[in-house]
Amino acid sequence: MQVKDMRPFPDGTPPKVFTKSPMVKKAREGVMEFLLINHPLDCPICDQGGECDLQDQAMAYGVDFSRFREPKRASEDLNLGPLVETHMTRCISCTRCVRFTSEVAGVAVMGQTGRGEDAEITTYLGALIESEMQGNIVDLCPVGALTNKPYAFTARPWELRKTETVDVMDALGSNIRVDVKGREVMRILPRNHDGVNEEWISDKTRYVWDGLRRQRLDRPYLRVDGRLKPVSWAEALAAAAAALKGRRVAALAGDLAPVEAIFALRELVAGHGGRTECRLDGAALPAGDRAGYVGTARIEDIDTAERILLVGTNPRIEAPVLNARIRKAWLAGAEVTLVGPQADLTYDVHHAGPGRVALADLMAKGWEKGIADRRSLVIVGHGALRDADGAAVLATARKLADETQSGLLLLHTVAARVGAMDVGFTTEGGLTAALDGAETVYALGVDEIDIPAGPFVIYQGSHGDRGAHRADVILPAAAWTEENGLFVNTLPFDSLAQLRRRLVAEVPHLARIDEVPENAGAAPAAGKLGAGDFAPAIRDFWLTNPIARASPLMGEMASLWAARGLKVAAE
Amino acid sequence: MAISAGDIHARIPQYEDLNLYMKRSGYDVYNNLCRQGDFEAVQQKLLDAGIRGLGGAGFPTGRKWAFVRAEPGPRYLAVNGDEGEPGTFKDRFYLERYPHVFLEGMLIAAWAVEAERCFIYMRDEYPAVLEILRREIAALEAAGLVVPGYIELRRGAGAYICGEESAMIESIEGKRGLPRHRPPFVAQVGLFGRPTLVNNVETLYWVARVLREGPEILSGVEKNGRKGLRSYSVSGRVAQPGVYLLPAGSTIRDIIAVAGGMAEGHVFKAYQPGGPSSGLLPATLDDVPLDFDTLQPHGSFIGSAAVVVLSQQDSARAAALNMLRFFEDESCGQCTPCRTGCEKAVKLMQAPRWDRDLLEDLCQTMADASICGLGQAAPNPIRLVMRHFPDEV
Repeated sequence: MQVKDMRPFPDGTPPKVFTKSPMVKKAREGVMEFLLINHPLDCPICDQGGECDLQDQAMAYGVDFSRFREPKRASEDLNLGPLVETHMTRCISCTRCVRFTSEVAGVAVMGQTGRGEDAEITTYLGALIESEMQGNIVDLCPVGALTNKPYAFTARPWELRKTETVDVMDALGSNIRVDVKGREVMRILPRNHDGVNEEWISDKTRYVWDGLRRQRLDRPYLRVDGRLKPVSWAEALAAAAAALKGRRVAALAGDLAPVEAIFALRELVAGHGGRTECRLDGAALPAGDRAGYVGTARIEDIDTAERILLVGTNPRIEAPVLNARIRKAWLAGAEVTLVGPQADLTYDVHHAGPGRVALADLMAKGWEKGIADRRSLVIVGHGALRDADGAAVLATARKLADETQSGLLLLHTVAARVGAMDVGFTTEGGLTAALDGAETVYALGVDEIDIPAGPFVIYQGSHGDRGAHRADVILPAAAWTEENGLFVNTLPFDSLAQLRRRLVAEVPHLARIDEVPENAGAAPAAGKLGAGDFAPAIRDFWLTNPIARASPLMGEMASLWAARGLKVAAE
Repeated sequence: MAISAGDIHARIPQYEDLNLYMKRSGYDVYNNLCRQGDFEAVQQKLLDAGIRGLGGAGFPTGRKWAFVRAEPGPRYLAVNGDEGEPGTFKDRFYLERYPHVFLEGMLIAAWAVEAERCFIYMRDEYPAVLEILRREIAALEAAGLVVPGYIELRRGAGAYICGEESAMIESIEGKRGLPRHRPPFVAQVGLFGRPTLVNNVETLYWVARVLREGPEILSGVEKNGRKGLRSYSVSGRVAQPGVYLLPAGSTIRDIIAVAGGMAEGHVFKAYQPGGPSSGLLPATLDDVPLDFDTLQPHGSFIGSAAVVVLSQQDSARAAALNMLRFFEDESCGQCTPCRTGCEKAVKLMQAPRWDRDLLEDLCQTMADASICGLGQAAPNPIRLVMRHFPDEV
């Protein structure tokens, strides 16, 4: 029951609202009786049981009988693909899923057809939902009509241990809750954080958990005669220690490593006079200049932006939830301009051009000229920063932001990068300089690049992926759902102590949980821009990290997307 | 047959085109207003004439215009030509004869609220009307009376609910036609989120006539204490069904008389004063003036004045069931009381004896809890049949 009109009377007196009067009670019971007329009473076999809005409402306000004896409405289930399971007889036609997919996710594929009792939720011609955020309709569905397919019939909500944490599938740091039964992750749900992910998460975030169970490195390995052989911890650690002692060491921080691990590794390697580097994709992030590698704006600033410039980024696959926020700004009237590879971002963009020429052009003509009082944002993606002139591109974008009084956001593609930059895990000259002449490489979850032949490689990570194949010693490690750690987007989170005391002493803003540090700093002089187009930062949304690559479901989604020739995946 | 004969296009009736209308000084009022119009004076004339919304709600037109005009622009005008209430065909009657009287009224309304654009939402089942409007809007554009594109003709798709103004607005916006919650009213947040004036076709027809001929053409007519004229769409068991323009205070007896009396072999038994949503009244209530506000005490309303006359050969029970079947089909499916209520009412009404307590409970919930007029009025036939024809149920 909803209050019809909560506005005060013309003389200013607030309306009196009665929520427990006999009339309200009767009306509630009436509506509940209505809702349950067609809703099957299959709670015992329904996955929503225990966390069902309708069940709760019926418990609180319903009556224990129904005066209708007629057969219930029946309808066919939809096939929405591998992520969302449907039981359409349970649907109460609230149309939240339709509104989410069309308004937030921006795909106009769901709808309601038919009128009255024949009204049915369906997808256009039975098509699958081509969205990276479709899993959210499972949360939105107040009944068990849309349920989590991979999680189906595996657990009841009251059996699950719930742990609040953050996501590492992209650099947004979406707030999530990991539900665990025994020692296995059963599902991942979003938590609300208006400053980061609002109440949404991407499908990769939600469904990646089956990757946590497969391809795991569960014991140390040592390469003997060219083959990796299981060994004891003592043997592996001895081999690693021998490789570190007295040799030129380069330490690389991968995509999923928490700040603490990176910091500890830096301490370890610095003790041996070694080099460290985290900018594995070659992005020209300026060391020590937080305004340059994080930006000056907050994620929330997107909401109120009236003009947004995207440089070398496809936020739809680099950070789908952030993309939904840009879409929200667009719905509120913001104009979005894109410099970089063309893509369907679920909203209209003015495509200024594919690369540097367009950026220079905008710079020369003045993107924003005469409208400096409008709120504007420049969002720079890693696709723009990876080439030789990355520093020049970044400097140009920063200058553009400065001149137009725009906020600047760097959209990272991986969760570990900002934290690693914060603890100064860099070497002048980048990856090439760090690896130059290295005899031993300590690879902390490095799976996205090929470490050149030659150096001895100590790989520490959770999954047997590309990095483990190149390794000479493998030290198995925990994945992000199993350890305490910090990940920094533009919002640092804190949870552990000890090692952290030194960490905080050195990088004070890591202690300020939930606050966004102000980053200021003048842009450096812009170098010379090259001429080429920006390349996409991510090739395949579903397979960006070893956990996702270990997940059969992510693999299925990737091949589905590829088979359908979806631009999002192909670009 | 019709296809093989190539008879697949609407037959366009004889109507008053732009030339003919201009010959009797058409659009003079509009042009004068554009040059030196005074909104207050126009509003006063409409209030003097007593023009009220003829789509069925009966809201004073002059006041509605003032509300919309007071909202910040840009504003829009949307004309409701969906005319979906079964038995109503008065808009069609006027549009197939005097389209320009309506169009001038519409342009005057657009002038009054300073509308950026006009949308005409026209019932698709009126192909002749659509063709006439297409031709005549083009003629207006060619004659330089309106900027090309200022008037946009939209076709409905046969949904009853899209006659509800906010559902119509959703439909014009390209969405599924579902009514919106109020407040905000469409006068504040309407088409594309902007303040919108929604008027019925016949209302605008009378606006033009009142401003051309003076408020007396309406306020000068009085009968049974009611002022004005009403276009009754009369159908059912009468000798000559059709649209009849009668004084607003006419009773059902007057209407049957002007429609040539009852059809051969039929005895007057019951009538719908304004389509199915007004329910069914018995022949004994034949002294009530059929106008706004007069039928409310009887649990009914005049609505769009779609008078359907039933005879002794008809069953009130079957008629009510038929009406509820219509509502069951046409309920948009948005709110539960209407979606489920209409369907269950149909099932309950098929029982040999109606469970009157249960039906009354159902009616009460539907009337209280439905979002829009469809669900709120759908119980009227059930209640009125239970009240007036108890021996049939």
